[in-house]
Amino acid sequence: MSGTAYATKFLDRIDVASLPGDQEARQSALAAFFSTGWPDRKHEAWHYTDLNARMRGFADEALATRMLRPELPSVDIPRLVFVNGVLDKTLSSDALNFLQTRGIPEQKTSSLPIVALNAAITLGGADLKVSAGQNAGTILLVSVGSGDGLAIAPRHRITLEKGSNLTVIEVIRGAGRYLHVPVTEINVGDGGTLRHFRLQEESRDSVHVATVLATIAESATYETFTLGVGASLARSEFHVTLGGGGADVQLNAAQLLTGTQHGDVTTIVAHEAPGCTSRQTVKSVIDGSARGVFQGRIEVARIAQKTDGYQMNQALLLSDSAEIDSKPELEIFADDVKCSHGATIGALDPEQIFYLRSRGVSEKDARAILIRAFLHEALEPITDYVARPIFEAAIQSWRWGASG
Amino acid sequence: MLEIKGLRAAVGDKEILAGIDLTVPDGEIHAVMGPNGAGKSTLSYILSGRDGYEVTGGAVSFDGEDLLAMAPEARAAAGIFLAFQYPIELPGVGNANFIRTAVNAVRRARGETEMDTVAFLKEARNAVKALAMPDDMLKRNVNVGFSGGEKKRNEILQMTLLKPKLALLDETDSGLDIDALRIVAGGVNAARGPKFSALVITHYQRLLDYITPDRVHVLAAGRIVRSGGPELAVELEQHGYGGLGAA
Amino acid sequence: MVAVTETLQTINQLAGTGYKFGFETDIEMDVAPKGLNEKIIRLISEKKREPDWLLEWRLKSYRAWLSMEEPAWARIVHPKIEYQELHYYAAPKGPAPKSLADVDPELLNMYDKLGIPLNERAALAGVAIDAVFDSVSVATTFRESLAKVGVIFCSMSEAVREHPELVRKFLGSVVPAGDNYYAALNSAVFSDGSFVFVPRGVRCPMELSTYFRINARNTGQFERTLIIAEEGASVSYLEGCTAPMRDENQLHAAVVELVALDEASIKYSTVQNWYPGDAQGNGGIYNFVTKRGACRGRKSKISWTQVETGSAITWKYPSCILQGEGAVGEFYSVAVTNHFQQADTGTKMIHLAPNTTSTILSKGISAGRSSNTYRGLVRVMPRAANARNFTQCDSLLIGNHCGAHTVPYIESRNQSSKVEHEATTSKISDDQLFYCRSRGLSEEDSVGLIVNGFCRDVLKELPMEFAVEAQKLLAVSLEGSVG
Repeated sequence: MSGTAYATKFLDRIDVASLPGDQEARQSALAAFFSTGWPDRKHEAWHYTDLNARMRGFADEALATRMLRPELPSVDIPRLVFVNGVLDKTLSSDALNFLQTRGIPEQKTSSLPIVALNAAITLGGADLKVSAGQNAGTILLVSVGSGDGLAIAPRHRITLEKGSNLTVIEVIRGAGRYLHVPVTEINVGDGGTLRHFRLQEESRDSVHVATVLATIAESATYETFTLGVGASLARSEFHVTLGGGGADVQLNAAQLLTGTQHGDVTTIVAHEAPGCTSRQTVKSVIDGSARGVFQGRIEVARIAQKTDGYQMNQALLLSDSAEIDSKPELEIFADDVKCSHGATIGALDPEQIFYLRSRGVSEKDARAILIRAFLHEALEPITDYVARPIFEAAIQSWRWGASG
Repeated sequence: MLEIKGLRAAVGDKEILAGIDLTVPDGEIHAVMGPNGAGKSTLSYILSGRDGYEVTGGAVSFDGEDLLAMAPEARAAAGIFLAFQYPIELPGVGNANFIRTAVNAVRRARGETEMDTVAFLKEARNAVKALAMPDDMLKRNVNVGFSGGEKKRNEILQMTLLKPKLALLDETDSGLDIDALRIVAGGVNAARGPKFSALVITHYQRLLDYITPDRVHVLAAGRIVRSGGPELAVELEQHGYGGLGAA
Repeated sequence: MVAVTETLQTINQLAGTGYKFGFETDIEMDVAPKGLNEKIIRLISEKKREPDWLLEWRLKSYRAWLSMEEPAWARIVHPKIEYQELHYYAAPKGPAPKSLADVDPELLNMYDKLGIPLNERAALAGVAIDAVFDSVSVATTFRESLAKVGVIFCSMSEAVREHPELVRKFLGSVVPAGDNYYAALNSAVFSDGSFVFVPRGVRCPMELSTYFRINARNTGQFERTLIIAEEGASVSYLEGCTAPMRDENQLHAAVVELVALDEASIKYSTVQNWYPGDAQGNGGIYNFVTKRGACRGRKSKISWTQVETGSAITWKYPSCILQGEGAVGEFYSVAVTNHFQQADTGTKMIHLAPNTTSTILSKGISAGRSSNTYRGLVRVMPRAANARNFTQCDSLLIGNHCGAHTVPYIESRNQSSKVEHEATTSKISDDQLFYCRSRGLSEEDSVGLIVNGFCRDVLKELPMEFAVEAQKLLAVSLEGSVG
């Protein structure tokens, strides 16, 4: 069956016509989505991730919601909790002065099929807006998926006005067999700084395709880290546009995959103004029969002279049936630039293992030490003291060698 | 003969040279000394034609020609040589090949016949030996992987082979130990003669222990504030540059 | 290599800018009618007095081609190619030359002008040359001395007649007829090319070289080259290409297949200098080439070196299938684009067996309004334990109207393998340029010197005489890109 046919079957149960908001826009977004359906390998942007194949089983899934009490990180900061795409007021902080829960957002369609799908079926999301010059501190944004056969499509918006600061810790968790397609629109105004740490711990039966669309203005900074450990298939896709001179993005991610998990980190960093810098490091640890994917593209427009772009992709394969596919791309139209990327793929370094064994450590322990070291290195970009322990805990509880 | 008259120059909005008058007759070696930020390197870059400096006034002539109107390669052909303070690395470009290409480009521009490889290599090997440089210096890529001292010696090697009429030595002594300093000075002294002049740009007096200048000029805040004989260098060494900048 | 030295002189003589090989040769040609159909294919096969099995293979390829579409994934744009408007066969008139004495003097003249002496006495340096004019091999030198050691070096047509068992065994065994759109087209209509067979244990005593020349108008050129190195054999093969300057685009779709058995080694070097079109982007060759080598034997080695300076469009991915344990694949490439040229080139290294290693070194230089893309695949299959790949891709941009792109695909399915990839994009630094100029080099010479330095690690893989020619070509290709 084609991507479109499966999509039809799965989405038939959603009565888009009954959803609130601009119906015409929803229908046109839906049409945009159906022009491709679930993307598969025929789409270059999905060369290594066949979403259609994973969604095949979902088409026949019986619809059921289960209300599980989600376990939330125990940190004492303001929080917003969305359950199946709807704000749960009982779990959320009362009043955040810079927050509106977002009603139905304007239904912009998109050439990205999953973003178009989100636009067609979303029920809104968090709308964080920090006014000029404000430091809004740190907030926790939780999304919980709970149930079977659901399509959950929150649409968050984070807007930082000139010179403002915000740190968002996003935790995504769930139970059941659902599809979660969050879209986050980000605008960082001149001189602003957004730090955005994302932990994806979806249910192992779920499919997670998150899209972050960020525009960074002059001298502004967007610092983001994603740790992906959950889902049957997970993709985190970033589109970051450096739109003002001197803008800076630090886009880091790590994924830990085992069993038959499929994890995909896709980044497109577009330098569209002069003198911007981008730094990306993406690490994958792959065990079992899991498959990791990294696709990263640095685009430099003709006007973006003095661009400084760097991208590093490292993968550690821990088993004979693990696989990594990596496609780091440079697309450059300006001459006065410094851009580079690197990729290394391999197993643990036998020399390091030997070194540890020569000091009396067993081989098993030596491997464990080195894997933890690789993972902890991955956490280095998390400078926030509230966020750090949440991510460390996630890594501690990850078990390589687990069958899934 | 180099004649600098009322030279003023700026980088962006900032004036670096505020009116320099300086004449270096053939056969003479002049030293330009001064504190950091006085404009010493700017002067050498402007004389050799580097981009990024705006000449806002004055004139420079070399053997009667308007130097400032010439492209960098034309200045080299006319006989100007700049020994860089920070020599540039050229990955993949062999040192011998580079120098020979330069020597022949300059010879062509002067209407002289080109040197064949054998003659060039013979001369180059002799020069390498005279500068106490390792034998593989000619085979390595230009300045790639060279130590600081090797880079400076490589500049003097190029000077020896290009046979300029006027050498601009920009802080050639920085980063050299005493032995290397002696060798580099030896290279310059060997070139001395009625047709060779040099502008030795330096912060310290120690290079001048080995290359005795005919004249010493003190550059401060973009102007030459004092000129004198070799004894001026000694005086500066003893008393420092204090008080000169305000002049 | 005398041929190359003379080519060099030709370059030097024809000072000024632009393409140096743009003359046309006036020779009576036997040209098939325009268009492509089964009748034309039968005509080609008949002209060449081919056996039935080969005609059948051609027809099968043609039918496969009909069902295929032009690939669209490469970063190139061009007007639709009208396949029915081309001639698929053009050859100098008259019976096939039996020896050099029979070759049309006008043709010998042309090769002389190009600096390719087909007269054996003239070729002092001892490089055996096969000259392919439009679609037909016109002369192969040094055949007797090669035959003494058992090396077969002849045109493909001749190989079909004289060594049908070898051709039948290996033709299409590395690049199957239906491999891709252009390979299928080539399989249907190929007219000639070179054939090399080096028997067990023989190190080929001289460099083998093919010189390709497109001359006829509106003629597609579809050579087919097949090189087989038996156990322990080794051979180094060079390929050079030029064409006249014309306003219209010409299609070139070649296929090269290499087979290396146990401990055999094949080194394949190309200096591709097809007409690139003029400074406004008119004319030039469309170069859609499939080159692939199979390292079938253990410890076999295939090494591709290419210097791509010509063609309006280059679509080319010389690849290695590393099937034998411990096999080695190498790809060394310099691709220069200027004016409106477009190059999408790279390699595929497919690791199938344990302990296989591959090295990729790619240097792309874009100038003018050109587009230069490296596209490469490194794939390590589960059986390829301890496989190693190292890839380095560097791009240099000259001027602010060109594009440089790097699109590597890296896939590993074996945990004991190690894959490393590095890529950089930069420009010639102002400091380097000033340093050279302050030593008396003109701006253009300085750029040439720095670019040659940038490409050095690739150029040094070329046979020495070729390297000198390649260096000059780089400088010529970049003329007019500075200032």
